[in-house]
Amino acid sequence: MITLVSIELYKIFRKWRTYISFITLAVLSIIIQLVMYFQGQNFLDTVTRGLQQNFVISGNFLNGYLIAYFILNMITIHIPFLITLVAGDLLAGEATGGTYRLILSRPVSRLKFILSKFIAGIIYTNLLILFLALVSLGLGILIFGTGELIVLRDIIIIFPTNDILWRFFIAYGFAALSMSVVTTLAFLFSSFVENAIGPIVATMAVIIVFLIISSIDLDFFNQIKPFMFTYYMLSWMDIFDDPINLTSIIQSGIILLGHIIIFLTITILSFERKDILS
Amino acid sequence: MENKIIEVKNLSKRFKSLWAVNNLNINVFKGDIFGFLGPNGAGKSTTIRMLLTLIYPTTGSIKIFDKDLLKHRIKILKKVGAIVEKPDLYGYLSAYKNLEILAKISRYDISNKRIMEILDIVGLKERATSKVKTFSSGMKQRLGIAQALIHDPELIILDEPTTGLDPHGMKEIRELILSLRNDFGKTIFLSSHLLFEVEAIANRMIIINKGKTVIEGSVEELLRPKELEVSFTVNDTEKARNIANEVNLQVLSDTNNMNNENSQVIKIKIQKEKIPVLNKKFVENGIDVYSITPSRSLEDYFLSLTDGGAK
Repeated sequence: MITLVSIELYKIFRKWRTYISFITLAVLSIIIQLVMYFQGQNFLDTVTRGLQQNFVISGNFLNGYLIAYFILNMITIHIPFLITLVAGDLLAGEATGGTYRLILSRPVSRLKFILSKFIAGIIYTNLLILFLALVSLGLGILIFGTGELIVLRDIIIIFPTNDILWRFFIAYGFAALSMSVVTTLAFLFSSFVENAIGPIVATMAVIIVFLIISSIDLDFFNQIKPFMFTYYMLSWMDIFDDPINLTSIIQSGIILLGHIIIFLTITILSFERKDILS
Repeated sequence: MENKIIEVKNLSKRFKSLWAVNNLNINVFKGDIFGFLGPNGAGKSTTIRMLLTLIYPTTGSIKIFDKDLLKHRIKILKKVGAIVEKPDLYGYLSAYKNLEILAKISRYDISNKRIMEILDIVGLKERATSKVKTFSSGMKQRLGIAQALIHDPELIILDEPTTGLDPHGMKEIRELILSLRNDFGKTIFLSSHLLFEVEAIANRMIIINKGKTVIEGSVEELLRPKELEVSFTVNDTEKARNIANEVNLQVLSDTNNMNNENSQVIKIKIQKEKIPVLNKKFVENGIDVYSITPSRSLEDYFLSLTDGGAK
């Protein structure tokens, strides 16, 4: 199994499209940090204007933590589009290339084949989130240093310097779990078709529709939101709450994990009986 | 008793309302080069995909090495090498890396030396590190054969292995197939829509059309019968008929030659070795013989069996 996963990872990282996501994240992160470097103080002043009328704010608020939080807020909603580029191609790419028949006529079980591809896809997704952490949090701390983190939720919360880093680790972990759901969905779609474009577009369509519905504050939509996985994908934000609603975060995590298991099970069941016609 | 390598019984595959393969029976024995013939769309590739578990049969059973294919899939496929249709490999990887990956996927402990050896056999040693996307169709075909041979399988299933090759390449592949059987004792299941290809190398064959068996038997019996139907173009069919009758040969027909009013064609059922004897008799009796032609070429035979499906 380890050999199969390593082969799949080798194949993923020998393709140019794999690096599009990493390059995009790096470029976006660098641009945001450059802008924050020159105009970050104005942004911070705007955010804390109300607070400044009643309090004297002192300290380094424009720091690596704020930059990382800002980037995480902006990007997590868009990372799925980058992930589907690879995840949608995992199985459909083999069909398009005609290599399904090359692999599956060999003494390898379909279950192991599909699991190795899935694990490789999940590893790719997690590496992408790790990379995001490095170019946002790592680079941010390197350029802007550390300090208190000011977070604007229903109220303004200021976290002391020594109470921040662990929150980021959990937030990135949660983002990785959320993105793994996207990977699994794209992987499921990828198992049905023989062209990678289909699963990429289909996954994006599902996410866009779910996100739009999630953003409309109407009774009907509010009732169906809990049935859409995108509703739970933003639960990482709750980690930057005080006090943390741990039950809600764990519940969201379990629901996301459930989605992964369901999507993967459907993929395995359909692929096990699939006729390879490509 | 001959060892059965492949035993297919009442195999059928239905795609929606279409029966791609319908009640097919095949027996391949150890050391056979088994020709699997049929026009395009006859069901050859569907059958091969079922032999490799790429497609699941609707009904029927497949035994390979005397074991049920679906129950012992991994064990059986370890001893099988195959090319299914055109050999699509990973274009963004080198020839060497493709073989290495495929060997690893199959859990074969293949040395670097063996990979280079097999690349040498198919004439790709010099291009071992080149990306496959830079290869010509012929080179890809040869690499496809290399991946089928890399683990030294007992049974080799080749689906139209000479497609896309030039005549020289086709000859090389045919020689390689013959060598695999003669020198290494492999059993070959060779699918083709080219009758001459099967005739050149196979010892047993089956012809299928529209998913059904048309005829099965030894190549010798089916394509090289003892008695041939031979057309003699002569200047006097009346005289030729009498001579043929004298030596107890069956005259099938005689007709005027449309191209030349001075010559006529007489068709006679005759054993191959008796053709020169009869020809000598014609000449000795003053009959001018313009040509001697087997009136039903192998291609005609094939096309007639498959209802012209190959056209």
